[in-house]
Amino acid sequence: MTVLTVNGMPRTVSADPSTPLLYVLRDGLALNGPKFGCGLGQCGACTVLLDGAPVFSCLLPLGVVGGRRVRTVEGLGTAALPGPMQAAFEAEQAAQCGYCIPGMMMRAQALLERDIRPTEAELRAHMAPSLCRCGTHMRILRAIRRAAVLMGGGVRDPAEPVRPLPPAPAR
Amino acid sequence: MRERDPGRTVLRFRRRRDLPRARGRRLVAILAGSIAMAALAGFAVAWRPALPIVAPRPGSSFDLAGVERGAVLARLGDCAVCHTASGGAAYAGGRPIHTPFGTLYASNITPDPESGIGRWSQRAFDRAMRRGVARDGSLLYPAFPFTHYTGLADRDLGDLYAFLMTRTPVAAARPDNRLVFPLGFRPLMAGWDLLFFRPGRTAADPARTPDWNRGRYLAESLSHCGACHTPRNLLGAEERGHAYAGGWSDGWYAPPLDASSPARRAWTADRLFAYLRTGLDRSHAAAAGPMGPVAYQLARVPDADVRAIAVYVAFLMARPAGDPAQEPERTAEADASQPEGAALFAGACASCHGAGAPMMLAGRPALALGTPLHEHDPRDVIEIVLQGLNPPTGAAGPYMPAFGDSLTDGQVAAVVAYLRARYGGGPAWPDLPHAVRTARRQGSGA
Repeated sequence: MTVLTVNGMPRTVSADPSTPLLYVLRDGLALNGPKFGCGLGQCGACTVLLDGAPVFSCLLPLGVVGGRRVRTVEGLGTAALPGPMQAAFEAEQAAQCGYCIPGMMMRAQALLERDIRPTEAELRAHMAPSLCRCGTHMRILRAIRRAAVLMGGGVRDPAEPVRPLPPAPAR
Repeated sequence: MRERDPGRTVLRFRRRRDLPRARGRRLVAILAGSIAMAALAGFAVAWRPALPIVAPRPGSSFDLAGVERGAVLARLGDCAVCHTASGGAAYAGGRPIHTPFGTLYASNITPDPESGIGRWSQRAFDRAMRRGVARDGSLLYPAFPFTHYTGLADRDLGDLYAFLMTRTPVAAARPDNRLVFPLGFRPLMAGWDLLFFRPGRTAADPARTPDWNRGRYLAESLSHCGACHTPRNLLGAEERGHAYAGGWSDGWYAPPLDASSPARRAWTADRLFAYLRTGLDRSHAAAAGPMGPVAYQLARVPDADVRAIAVYVAFLMARPAGDPAQEPERTAEADASQPEGAALFAGACASCHGAGAPMMLAGRPALALGTPLHEHDPRDVIEIVLQGLNPPTGAAGPYMPAFGDSLTDGQVAAVVAYLRARYGGGPAWPDLPHAVRTARRQGSGA
């Protein structure tokens, strides 16, 4: 039995200590935000935060996680009450197929929690390990710049400014 | 993401475990050495004349063919690796070089007239490269490998000058060095030069092939392989009697290039060529740490030059061809003696390094062939686990994710102990948790 703290909640799971955390999250705890992409630590779709740092959960044995804090995209907000990162990705329509987006959001969240005013170069270098096969990287970068503003900061020397949103259509 | 600067050329302690003792010995050596150097400097002509400044030359005044040759030479010499700061403009300097004597900052070698070398004549450039004397007459520190460049040919210096003088000028002042007292006083270097610097070229050996001679010229002079692969004495000079016996670079152990190489399989010229050209040899492993940028640069020079270096280094290794028939299989013993490491390996490593993993089916070398697992010091294995392998952004190259944020010090130690027990050569490495803590502390940019 391993006790984890996932999105602030203690969770108990029983699995072999060598089981990658990704499978525990998806199959054991029904947290389907993190995705299986390559299983080799090359694409970033499975990225979660471990004690605040972005890690590939597909290469994270359950045995190393005990006592440490895990956060997934489900911990950033809900569909009804999205957090600033999620709201920014929605506002910029950054997802095409969406498979990489939870990992993208978690990696970006780690950066902005450490530094609310990164430079554009720091932002791009930080996001390099996460890949998007649809090619929406420019929208993803836009969304992260917007998230930085929503969180009270902003990207320094941004490649393009964060624009005001058009008025929301009446629901 | 843990930001690391690949490829800094740095002088390091030879054995991390001996750190406190080495530090004490080094302080004594620095003091005694400083007194000796001061005395010698007094006898020597410590003062070198400033050379006149010249008007910046327009780029169009340089012969294009020479500029192009210079571009290749600059890659062979890895100039950009030290002279470019992380995220900074190429050749504009500012990269910190961590040494046991303090931190130096690489100079700006763009042709900016104020902060760069735009007002240096060819003569001033040649003197800096071959004698370690700046245009204004001040003495350069040997972190700049003029001890190797002293062997460069006139034409190559002319081409390098033409290449650098046609780069985009970048105004970027160099941060002040932070060196231990009294080494900030540059005239002391006259004593160091007297003790350790042997200027001049080595004549070609007519008994050897042109490839061998070309390889020696590149390896000994321009590419300055010994700057990392030769151990240094307490005053930071390469030990002549132990050329290529293995040294330290930016917290990584640069393994021996002589007959004492711990490589499991022989390094032939063909295998060295593949390794230097692509960053990966299937009989050994991938270029890691500071060697990564070297291979990246060597992928962008003519085959013939890489071949020549490979021929010469294979000669240095002086090892008969032929490989051990089979790697020992010690999985059961390692699983039994290192159960925590075995579980970590299964969850974190086996999806790439396990026998049936896609990477192995693609023909990548087995872990048992990797030289770091056969070295006397665990540092390289620890650094690879902590930092992974990171090809430059936008470039292809061997890749491995970093585990520094995933694993605790104790977990890194456990997996490294398991790797040594299962795949490595030699006895178990002692006190791995301490070695991991040290690597982590010194590795964060040092």
